[in-house]
Amino acid sequence: MFERFSRFQKILIPLISVVLGLIVGAIIMLVSGFNPIQGYAALLKGSLGESFYIGETIRQITPYIFAGLAVAFAFRTGLFNIGVEGQLLVGWVASVWVGLAFDLPKIIHLPMAILAGALAGALWAFIPGILKARLRVHEVIVTIMMNYIALHFCNYLIRFVISDEQNTTDRVPESASLKSPFFETLTEFSTMHYGIFLALAAVIIYYIILERTTTGFELRSVGFNQNASEYAGMNVNRNIVLSMLISGAFAGLGGAMEGLGTFGYGFIHGAFSGVGFDGIAVALLGGNVALGIVFAAALFGILKQGALIMPLESGVPTELVEIVIAIIIFFVASSYIIAYLLQRLKKGAK
Amino acid sequence: MDYVVEMLNIRKEFPGIVANDNITLQLKKGEIHALLGENGAGKSTLMNVLFGLYQPEKGEIKVKGKTVKITSPNIANDLGIGMVHQHFMLVDTFTVTENIVLGLEPKKGLNIDMKKAEKDVQEISDRYGLKVDPKAKIADISVGMQQRVEILKTLYRGAEMLIFDEPTAVLTPQEIKELTQIFRTLIKEGKSIILITHKLKEIIEVCDRVTVIRKGVGIETLDVEGTTPTQLASLMVGREVLFKTDKKPAVPKDTVLEISKLNVKDSRGVDAVRNLDLTVRSGEIVGIAGVDGNGQSELIEAITGLKKIQSGSVKLNGKEISKYKTRKITEAGVGHIPQDRHKHGLVLDFPIGDNMVLQTYYSKPYSKYSVLNNKEINKQAKKLIQEFDVRTPSETTPARALSGGNQQKAIIGREVDRDPDLLIAAQPTRGLDVGAIEFIHKRLIEQRDNGKAVLLISFELEEILNVSDRIAVIYEGNIIAIVDPKETTEQELGLLMAGSKKKVGAE
Repeated sequence: MFERFSRFQKILIPLISVVLGLIVGAIIMLVSGFNPIQGYAALLKGSLGESFYIGETIRQITPYIFAGLAVAFAFRTGLFNIGVEGQLLVGWVASVWVGLAFDLPKIIHLPMAILAGALAGALWAFIPGILKARLRVHEVIVTIMMNYIALHFCNYLIRFVISDEQNTTDRVPESASLKSPFFETLTEFSTMHYGIFLALAAVIIYYIILERTTTGFELRSVGFNQNASEYAGMNVNRNIVLSMLISGAFAGLGGAMEGLGTFGYGFIHGAFSGVGFDGIAVALLGGNVALGIVFAAALFGILKQGALIMPLESGVPTELVEIVIAIIIFFVASSYIIAYLLQRLKKGAK
Repeated sequence: MDYVVEMLNIRKEFPGIVANDNITLQLKKGEIHALLGENGAGKSTLMNVLFGLYQPEKGEIKVKGKTVKITSPNIANDLGIGMVHQHFMLVDTFTVTENIVLGLEPKKGLNIDMKKAEKDVQEISDRYGLKVDPKAKIADISVGMQQRVEILKTLYRGAEMLIFDEPTAVLTPQEIKELTQIFRTLIKEGKSIILITHKLKEIIEVCDRVTVIRKGVGIETLDVEGTTPTQLASLMVGREVLFKTDKKPAVPKDTVLEISKLNVKDSRGVDAVRNLDLTVRSGEIVGIAGVDGNGQSELIEAITGLKKIQSGSVKLNGKEISKYKTRKITEAGVGHIPQDRHKHGLVLDFPIGDNMVLQTYYSKPYSKYSVLNNKEINKQAKKLIQEFDVRTPSETTPARALSGGNQQKAIIGREVDRDPDLLIAAQPTRGLDVGAIEFIHKRLIEQRDNGKAVLLISFELEEILNVSDRIAVIYEGNIIAIVDPKETTEQELGLLMAGSKKKVGAE
């Protein structure tokens, strides 16, 4: 009882959850008349089996890392940022807009477009941040509502401002594109782009800010105990806003990866992309730590990408992957059950 | 042998710590048996083992002579062991009866037979003289009453052995007296009681026998009759304990803190501190005596910048600090041992090491160019842990895992080590045992002897009288008297604190 979970358990619980999720998935396949071995083989083949699929999977992982970092950063500092989806969308549109609006050499244009994405995401998250800091409005409510505003606001921008009443914008010019001819030839023309490097850099930045700097010390302290932080002379309100800004910037960057890399343009969204919400699951599965988020994002990328091929190869419907993901999240969320089982197991072994 | 419960050679380990080692406790039928030990000595762990919350690594538990394995509180209940926790486990919005029958509701068809339940509760209450109204809501009754509901709960479940975990910590003196009476009635009705405590007076007053544990090891079991508080204290701490802290006469010099005409409102907007004047000089300890809620908290919050002042001035070493933010005040030389160590003093989920630099993390050598230097932080933590005898497995252990006394020592280490010109100590020994209290008082006096100013706020007159060089009595937000601890008595202070007698200061 000295620590709620030991370090070992913290790593073991997500691992066991993943295994349990896959097992339950297999049972469901069996019950509904599919061959689970075939199903999972198809899943693996569809995500890692060929260089093309590997490229697609990595491309899929990229925004998951950003969304996971965004959720985790806020969470570590005591805030629930449910608005990652919206921040991601505005980051997407802002980056595409800057990509289309300027004509500059790549060395300036691309960073500027990426930065625009981060800035837009940060700005979108600033609103719930300042409302929480000044008026104690709960950030969950505001971020959820900001998602809808973002969705429709972005659609408006794309239709009436960035394009000429079209459903999509023009493609961003090469000078603002993350597209990678090198990766494309390497992976038989998948949509893999340079974004993965930025994502991994973001992971390192996440770690450094949170764990190694005085700013991170303050942010974490405020997240755990506002009273003690105030007593220690920290500015609680400033830290709440700062946390949302950084979280939103990560989300906005995730959007920029889609806008400048995966798609290369913006389009009208009929519904949410879902990446931002999946970010919550990625952060949860990754235990809100840098390396954990990379692994969790990788798993999600593999599952989601593989799911697309599964029906063709084995007849197992795509939705099964959603079930597996849901079950994994269920087990992580009910980690106390697993911790309890582990304890019983240990005792039994004695 | 007429033991109802025997715990033989119990050993319980946690990662990095042996909480109980070879402890034996035998409870006779019809006795009140005290379990005495310092904070963190392992009392609660031992009782949690008996109550089935922890499993011991070694040792044997016998109930009425039969060896048993208690793997859950339900089994403990079935064996007739009941526990009254320090923090009550009651549903505020339920009635007394509803709380008591929770989980064991008498049924009438599909419905709960509330009539029968109430009758049963009333009956038990009468039998043990608990005077509880079965229909009252928990939220509406006093803390003392709530405790009786907890007692009733165990009795309703047929408990024959009752464990009380520091039952008097939350009670007023009057309620303590009544509780003692209840103990006697319980014994008369054939129950046996284990009383966890570190208050020596209580033991001498009500207990028959006492088992002393120190640092997780069982030391001795002895009859209370014929022992003295001093003897028990030295058994518990492992050395001689001085109840009166030794100190040289104070040599006050320059004024460090000068408060004049200070007005502060509380969180509801009511005047809490009114036109208050106070000075504290270097080399003296000024104690603020007063009943809780007379503006003490607001006064401290105003000095430390946690609360805005309405008017007046607060000067530190001649410089006005009332407009400063908390951090600037801290940097100007104010140390603050907060009243509530969990709320203000520590970030419980941080390692104890990080808590040691809670106000200094941004300065050298703990960080450079905004990058934390964990090596230096841990070095500092190790130094303070050693110097202030903070018992923790390591500096990376979360503060939450430490016992109250060790948490407090960590805070005091942190504040004293910054060597502030003014040290504010609010209730620095609340909930601590004699060993820790003595240690903390010594440290405060040491600061004074080093020429620092110390402002002590406490609700315990004994502490105020013992440690202070001057006593300022606060009443309704104003200092109504300044007295010399050598010339005053508890009675006089008590009257002053009640606001019934004015006395012109002896300044």
